[in-house]
Amino acid sequence: MGVEQKLGNMGVVTTRLEDLVNWGRTNSMWPMLFGLACCAIEMMSMQAAHYDASRFGMELMRPSPRQSDVMIVAGRVSRKMAPVLRRLYDQMSEPKWVISMGDCASCGGVFNNYAIVQGVDEIVPVDVYVAGCPPRPEALIDGIMTLHEKVRGEGMKDWA
Amino acid sequence: MARGVGIEEPGSDKVKELTVEELRAKYGSGLAVQSEENMLLSMGPQHPSTHGVLRLLLELDGESVVNLAPDIGFLHTGIEKNMESKTYTKALVMTDRMDYLAPLSNNLGYIMAVEKLLGVEAPPRAQVLRVILTELTRIASHLVWLGTSALDVAAMTVFLYCFREREYLLDIFEMCAGQRMMASYFRPGGLWRDVPEDFEPAVRRFLDFFPERILEYEALLKENPIFLRRTKDIGVISAEDAVAWGMTGPGLRATGVNWDIRKAHPYLTYDRYDFDVPLGENGDVYDRYRCRVREMSQSVRIVQQAMDSLPYGPVLTDNRKIAPPPRSELGRSMEAVIHHFKLWTEGFSAPEGYVYQRIESPKGEFGCYLRGNGTANPARVHFRTPSYVNLASLPNLARGLMVADLVAIIGSIDIVLGEIDR
Amino acid sequence: MSDVTTGELFYQKVNQAFPGAIDRAVEFRGEHTLVIRQASLKDVCLLLRDNEELACNLLEDIVADDMLPEFPRFAVNYHIYSIPKNHYIRIRVPVEDPDDGPETLAAVWPIASWLEIEVWDLMGITFKGNDQLRRLFLPEDWQGHPLRKDYPLGYEEVQFSFNWQAIDAKKPYAKD
Repeated sequence: MGVEQKLGNMGVVTTRLEDLVNWGRTNSMWPMLFGLACCAIEMMSMQAAHYDASRFGMELMRPSPRQSDVMIVAGRVSRKMAPVLRRLYDQMSEPKWVISMGDCASCGGVFNNYAIVQGVDEIVPVDVYVAGCPPRPEALIDGIMTLHEKVRGEGMKDWA
Repeated sequence: MARGVGIEEPGSDKVKELTVEELRAKYGSGLAVQSEENMLLSMGPQHPSTHGVLRLLLELDGESVVNLAPDIGFLHTGIEKNMESKTYTKALVMTDRMDYLAPLSNNLGYIMAVEKLLGVEAPPRAQVLRVILTELTRIASHLVWLGTSALDVAAMTVFLYCFREREYLLDIFEMCAGQRMMASYFRPGGLWRDVPEDFEPAVRRFLDFFPERILEYEALLKENPIFLRRTKDIGVISAEDAVAWGMTGPGLRATGVNWDIRKAHPYLTYDRYDFDVPLGENGDVYDRYRCRVREMSQSVRIVQQAMDSLPYGPVLTDNRKIAPPPRSELGRSMEAVIHHFKLWTEGFSAPEGYVYQRIESPKGEFGCYLRGNGTANPARVHFRTPSYVNLASLPNLARGLMVADLVAIIGSIDIVLGEIDR
Repeated sequence: MSDVTTGELFYQKVNQAFPGAIDRAVEFRGEHTLVIRQASLKDVCLLLRDNEELACNLLEDIVADDMLPEFPRFAVNYHIYSIPKNHYIRIRVPVEDPDDGPETLAAVWPIASWLEIEVWDLMGITFKGNDQLRRLFLPEDWQGHPLRKDYPLGYEEVQFSFNWQAIDAKKPYAKD
C-alpha cells in the first residue's frame, strides 16, 4: 500500500488505520462455497440455524471466487480436482485467506493413497488448519476465530 | 466450431477451443454433439447446486438442454483399493466417507457383507438397534436432501428447518458412537458398544415431535404454486426406462415400480415391522419429492415399533474369533487375552469366497461385493452405490428441458458425489 | 435369499439353451453363481432378460476382480436381478486377457455401458463394442489401472518425529 511509503510510519494514525481496515476485513469475511465432501455438510451445519455463522459476519457463501474473501477447503482434494482448486484460488481477489478444514484437506486424512492430495498446502498456501474428521461446527468456528485474530494482527506491510 | 468448451494448453494461460471431432474423441459418443450451432457449457465442478463436485457438460440450444454428459471423478478417493491394505475392521472406517449423508447405512452394507462371508450373525438386540439407527440415518439423509433440493428451488426456510431437526439426530448418533456423522458404530458381529441410558428417552422425544415437523415442511411446499410449477411434469422417466437404466430407490418407486429391498428380501428384523412403501405415479420430480417425504414418516413408524420391541441381551456375538472379549474378562481368562491379542495384532481372517450383500440405503440399492482370500485383509471390495447408477439416467431425465429445470432434477435424483466417485 | 430351487432354475434354463456355456455353478453362503464362458455371455444375458420365468430386468452391478496369482487372472461379475420374480443370480466370466474382454451388454441393459466405463477405468478390462470407454474417475492423462494388484497403493510415508525434517524437505509446499 502506498500510504506507508509516502507518509512513513506515522505512529498512531497508521495504527488506527490498520485497526479500522482489519476490523472491516474480519467482520464481513465471506467464505467461498468450496465444500467438496463430508466436511461440507458440517460447514452447512455451521451456516444453518443452530451454529449460526452469520453472527460472525459470514452471512452468505458466495460461489463466485471474485466475490469471496476466504476459501474454506472442506473435504478431500483428489488429483483431478487439484488444478481446479488452484485455478479458483488464483481467481480470488486479494485479500484472500485459506482455511483448510478437516483432516483430508490438512494432511490427507484417512486416505493415504494414489488418488488424494496429501494436504491441500501442496497446492495453495494455508492460513489456518482445522483438525477433525469432520470437525464439529464449533471447531470450525474456532478456526474462523483464529483466522480473525490473525487478520487483526496484520500490519500495513502485510497488506496486498 | 462448437463454442464454449476448451482445454488449457499445458504451461500457458491460453484456452484452446476444441472442435466437435476433438470433443467427440475426448468424451466418446456419450456427448455426441448434435449440431454445430449449439453452445457447450461446462457446469461445475464448483457450482452452488450440483450437490458436490459434479461436472456436467451441457449442450445447449439457447436455454434448453439438448444433451448432457456427466464428468465425475473429482472426488475419487481410491477407497476400494485402500481397503485392500487394511484389515476388515479397520476398513470399516473408510466406508463412512462414501455416502456421507447416511454413513451408518454404508456401515451396515459393509458389515453385513463381512458377516455373510464369515458366517456369523449379530445377536437380536444388536439387530434391532441396527434397524433403529439405520432408519434414523434414513431420516437424516432425507432431511439433508430436502433442505438442499428445496434450496435449489429457492425455498431457503426449509433448509434451515431441516438442519435444525438434523442436529437432534446427530446428537443421538454422538451419544451412541461418539461421533456426529462418521459413526462407524457397527462391527462384524454386532455393535461397538451398547447404547447409553439416555438413548431411549432421546429417541422417544424425537419420535414425538418429528411427525409434526414433516407436516410443517409439507405445508411450505406441497401446495405452493411455485414449487408445483417447478416440479410437476419435470424430469419424467417411465418405469421401463428407469429399470433398464438401473435406477433404484425412491426414484424407481416414484415411477410406480414397487420394489423395496426391505420388503423383497428382508434383512435384519424388517420383516417383523409393519410399514408401507410409498409409490408414485408419474415419475416426475414432484413424485420423487413425495416418495421421500412419505418415506420419512414410514421410518418414524419403523423406529416406533422397533423401540417398543427392543430385546435385552448382548450386543456383540460370542464368537471370540471375530469379536473381542469384554475388558472385564481379560483379567480372568487366558483365552480371552489370547483372542484379544490375535484380534488386535492380526485381525480375524475370512474364508475364500465372494459374497454380495444388498441393502436399501436412503438413495437406492446399496450393494457390497466382498471377496476374501483367507487372510485378514479383504481381497476385493466393491460398492454398488445407488448414486453412481442413478446418475446415468440424468441425460434421459433432462433432455429438452431448461437449465433451471436441470437444477431441480439434479436435486431430485439425490446424488452424493462421495458415493459416486468412491 | 435365493433358495436352492432358484439356483437350479437358472442352471437348467441356461444349460438347456446353451449347453456348453456354463463352466460350473457355485453356491456359497446361500448365493448362486454361474461361471460362464466369455464367448457366450451376451446370449446368456439375452436369455435371462427375455425368458418369462427368469425375467431378469435389472442389471445391478458389474464388478471386476483381479486374482493375481491365479489363472485366469481377471473375472467380471454381473449381478442380475429380477424385479417381478424377486430372485437374483450372479454371472461370473473369467477373463484371461484384459484387452480382449467380454462383449458389451449395452444392447441388453443400457446401464451396462455406464458400468463398464468404471471397470475399464479402474481395472483395465476392455469391453468389445463399447465406444465410451474413457477415463472417468481419474484425470485424463493417468497411466495405469489402479485397482489391479500389481499397481502400488501410492501412499506417502508417515512423518514421525525422527524423520520429520527429511520428509518435510521433500514435500512440495505451495509458495504463494
